[in-house]
Amino acid sequence: MCGIAGIIHRDGPSDMGAELTKMLQSMKHRGPDSTGYALYGQPDDLVTIRFMLAEPKEYGGFGVEEKLERSRAEVESRLAKIGADLATINSDTGYAFRATVRYDGDLKPLADYLEDVPGCEVLSLGNSLEIVKDLGDANSVMDQYNLDGIRGTHGIGHVRMATESDVDLASAHPYWAYPFADVAVVHNGQLTNYHLWRRRLERAGHRFQSECDSEIIAVYLAERLESGMDLNTAMKYSLDDFDGVFTYLVATSNELGIAKDEMAAKPLVLFESDDLVAMASEEIAIRALVGREVDTRDPFEREVLTWQV
Amino acid sequence: MASLTKSGVVYDARGLVEPDPEPPMTAQIDGDSAVIDATDLSTRKINLELKRIVYDEGVNNVTILNPGSKHSLGVGILKRCNITFEGSPGWYACGLIDGPEVQINGRVGWSLGENMMSGSVVVEGPSGSLTGAALRGGDLVIKGNVGARTGIDQKGGTIIATGSAGINTGFMMQRGRQIICGDANDGLGDSMYDGIIYVGGKIASLGVDCVPGEMDDSDVEFINRKFEIYGLGTPPELKKFVCGKVLHNYDSLEPSERKLVL
Repeated sequence: MCGIAGIIHRDGPSDMGAELTKMLQSMKHRGPDSTGYALYGQPDDLVTIRFMLAEPKEYGGFGVEEKLERSRAEVESRLAKIGADLATINSDTGYAFRATVRYDGDLKPLADYLEDVPGCEVLSLGNSLEIVKDLGDANSVMDQYNLDGIRGTHGIGHVRMATESDVDLASAHPYWAYPFADVAVVHNGQLTNYHLWRRRLERAGHRFQSECDSEIIAVYLAERLESGMDLNTAMKYSLDDFDGVFTYLVATSNELGIAKDEMAAKPLVLFESDDLVAMASEEIAIRALVGREVDTRDPFEREVLTWQV
Repeated sequence: MASLTKSGVVYDARGLVEPDPEPPMTAQIDGDSAVIDATDLSTRKINLELKRIVYDEGVNNVTILNPGSKHSLGVGILKRCNITFEGSPGWYACGLIDGPEVQINGRVGWSLGENMMSGSVVVEGPSGSLTGAALRGGDLVIKGNVGARTGIDQKGGTIIATGSAGINTGFMMQRGRQIICGDANDGLGDSMYDGIIYVGGKIASLGVDCVPGEMDDSDVEFINRKFEIYGLGTPPELKKFVCGKVLHNYDSLEPSERKLVL
């Protein structure tokens, strides 16, 4: 059991960090292990890189700070070598970092080069996407990463109850669709043909940062999008290609979509108005966001819906 | 480690509601009716207050304002009374009830009236999946769509939906009836043992061992009676589906297996 939530503001940016936190906190009972956000701000010229250099549980151990300092210096020197001009770099936690760079090259070599640094995982890359995830509930992650003031047009979030893999930062959602800028996925469910798809995609040159079955959705969609397919069609293909139970949300810089498996095994409630679209595993999260009785509906099985932002 | 939230509700470190709460005593009682404002109450406190009013105070008409989709509301009431929810009670509403007549002025989430024994629940909106799971008796009336697996394992009672139904409606149903006025998605009545499903609209596909049945006078009388009781107007033209009684006789054995068994 996990909880997922998504918001689209059709009338411009709002306090996306605080709004998603309200929704995710209300669904804490669906997943107390970790909480994650994929927030979309106004696209700008700089590429934002969110990366981690160690798991939270490693942090604070003997000699870890020196190691992290070395890794961080290595990341900065590699950014310079690959031609990414570092604008800002900071860390709210000591192990998870946010950097903005001037870079107009291919993102795959950039991500690969950074992830070659020991312990480094790129959590997200893009001109508008920022993925923030950590252990604990939504309020604690919001406080830890100062998400209160982050504004955005749309976003997706996830509260996780670990079933298929570890409780750690690498297994937390959302997943970035490596190596695609600004694509993120959250998933509620289990995929039973994970290993088959993982082997298939690894042979095609894709990398996985975790053992979590949900990561396959992000990489799968990335490959489909790479071949020129639009998001809606790619998601429809995924209904036949994935076995198991799932409801997932996917967001790009200008689109947000939902897909439900053929058994309708995982819940989703949808609220649509002229200026706001909100979706969540449970209605209680939509109530937490809009604060009043609203008409909502549950999509049926095999429904794929996408919205332009 | 307990923490106090803004609403004054105490949760322990795992996010669970307080283990030994007392009824909040906040309901406004006026003769034979009472109003509970659930805005600042936890699920457990709302249910305790409801039980206090119905059992201890003997009040027969209870209205719950602002249920806020908090889940598991109005469960386990084993006495005849009238309960009205002004808003959505969320998931697992009115489970295990025996007697109450419930009016929900809003929608509901998953598992409405799970294992309900008797009484009625009328919902003025759509309902999530697993509506009436393991329903034993009484009526569930949903004025809208119902989700997947409506009446899964149903053992009695009636489920009426004025809208459409999701996948595997009546899955493994054993007794009772369902009236789906709209369309039914794939796997209608899959693996049903007994009972009757009436469908007004299109059927995407029938499940294993679900077969069309013939409407007779008792079916028409039953449908008309239920529609009249709940003021649902004229019933649409309905088709009847019943169990083919093949699957549950284990007649699907391989010939070699059958030799071994018989």
